[in-house]
Amino acid sequence: MKIVFLCLLMGLTGLIQALEIVIDTGSDDPIKIAVVPFSTFDETQEISSIISFDLVRSGQFAPLEADNMLSYPQQPTEVYFRDWRVLGMDYVLIGSVREAQEGVLRVAYHLFDVPQQKQIRTSTIQAPQEKLRDIAHKVSDDIYEEITGIRGAFSTRIAYVLVENIGTDYASYKLEIADADGERAETLFASPQPLLSPSWSPDGTRLAYVTFEQGRPTIVIQDLLTGTRESIPAYRGLNSAPAFSPDGTRLALVLSKDGNPEIYTLDLRSKELRRVTRYRSAIDTEPTWAADGRGIIFTSDRGGKPQIYRVDLDTLLTDRLTFYGDYNARARLLPGGEHLIYVHRENGIFHIAWQDLEGVDGIPRVLTRTALDESPSVAPNGAMLIYATQDRGRGILAVVSIDGQVKYKLPSSSGDVREPAWSPFLDMLSTSSGT
Amino acid sequence: MRTTWRSIVVLFLAGGLLAGCASTQEPAEQPIEEPPPQAAPTPTVVEPEPEPQDFNSSGQPIGPSGNVLSTTFYFELDQARLSQRDLRLLELHAEVLKRNSDRRVIVEGHCDERGTREYNLALGERRADAIASFLSSAGISGRQTDTVSYGEERPADAGHDETAWRKNRRAVLIYR
Repeated sequence: MKIVFLCLLMGLTGLIQALEIVIDTGSDDPIKIAVVPFSTFDETQEISSIISFDLVRSGQFAPLEADNMLSYPQQPTEVYFRDWRVLGMDYVLIGSVREAQEGVLRVAYHLFDVPQQKQIRTSTIQAPQEKLRDIAHKVSDDIYEEITGIRGAFSTRIAYVLVENIGTDYASYKLEIADADGERAETLFASPQPLLSPSWSPDGTRLAYVTFEQGRPTIVIQDLLTGTRESIPAYRGLNSAPAFSPDGTRLALVLSKDGNPEIYTLDLRSKELRRVTRYRSAIDTEPTWAADGRGIIFTSDRGGKPQIYRVDLDTLLTDRLTFYGDYNARARLLPGGEHLIYVHRENGIFHIAWQDLEGVDGIPRVLTRTALDESPSVAPNGAMLIYATQDRGRGILAVVSIDGQVKYKLPSSSGDVREPAWSPFLDMLSTSSGT
Repeated sequence: MRTTWRSIVVLFLAGGLLAGCASTQEPAEQPIEEPPPQAAPTPTVVEPEPEPQDFNSSGQPIGPSGNVLSTTFYFELDQARLSQRDLRLLELHAEVLKRNSDRRVIVEGHCDERGTREYNLALGERRADAIASFLSSAGISGRQTDTVSYGEERPADAGHDETAWRKNRRAVLIYR
């Protein structure tokens, strides 16, 4: 754990962030990698630090401290595998940062398999100077995928709500987005009224969310590039729980205009509204889409207590998915569609649990040790999930790996954070994406 | 501002209602047998006692005993049920609203922080609806009531224990 903590210090650049990272536990048997400080034309070692921190946060890697390295190769010809075998390394990463032209960086990296004594991956990335962090995350994505076979999710962002002065008359709510490592936090919308339920469009350019700025819950879609906000037609009662369909053309939402909360889908172009649930006097809410866009999974208390159900959008036939415990809600599917994660109450305590939908037993397996857990959101590679919880009376975000081994917390020094939403895969290096 | 004519009619009704309220021991207002032929305001002709107020100087609703009517109703975990005592209190609110058709009430529904946020938005609405529904059955038109749910977003107590949670599972009547 000490190695992990020191790597954390190595990663922090001293910038004040809205979100900090506090690592709780790591994997039992992490992959040992040496991220040799890249050769640079200036003095900073930012890229290597960012890469190391990304790998630490995945929980699957234990990067070697630079002080413990026996040599600092800058070129492939300078790599002596014995120096790394002696330290028990599985992999070595070296690289260089050059200025291709004014304000444009060219970053090259080489990844070596130490036991096999050979280079297994190399690439060059060129991008403007201000995208330095994005370049580093891309390198992390590349080597993570090369080594684990899973697509990296380091170039992603998280949306969340920050509440300051909670419980007072001057409470303020901010919808923010930050990099998955908590850096570059920015406020998208601030309000003295509550904000909740952010939902990413599948192309990562828009966020739908619920706002109380009109004195009651209504849905807004905000374009991240232009900042424009579009109000979804609001009805009497609830207008809440927005969720973009996988192809981005529809929004699932909850309206109670017909007497009780039901799930609808809204075609974003034609504005045609279609009702999808019909159980009178029950609460149907928290819709989330199946990957093929032909089914919606949602929470319903039609059986007396909140449980998870699935509705087929072609037939509108509904079946129940959860059967253990008296409160199961706010489900999200893992990529692949075979596993469900959701909020599960056990002995009065709310945890995040996962369930194998293909299995016969339907038994939830609890993933978290924290309490008052809610709002789980899965990383687009399905390897990690982020959720909201309490720590010493403060609302914080926490990340746990899907196997439950790795955990870290993201508290904020300015207030309570909640309602995290992990972005889809983003192409941060192309000029039109990200902000 | 009420005219004396309307005051008299109201007093008549109030007297009739109070005589029918078994739960209070207050003496009924003396009903006027006949209204005066003109609408000219002559307060001294009508009553020696002051008009009964439905609202005090702070705008709070007053019950037949002269006490402020509580505007907050509390709920058990996961529930939206109103107790008998709640219903009796709501009847008194219904009386105030009936006598003051120019006034409306907004019913806010709230939850404690446990459970999921969106489900709690719906549960808060269920609590507000329970009250609005009763007011409707007590003869109050939908024009005089409105509901809004804040779910768990507006706790009365920002604490994280049963003491706080109990205070947050509530519905509140806001008179306008």
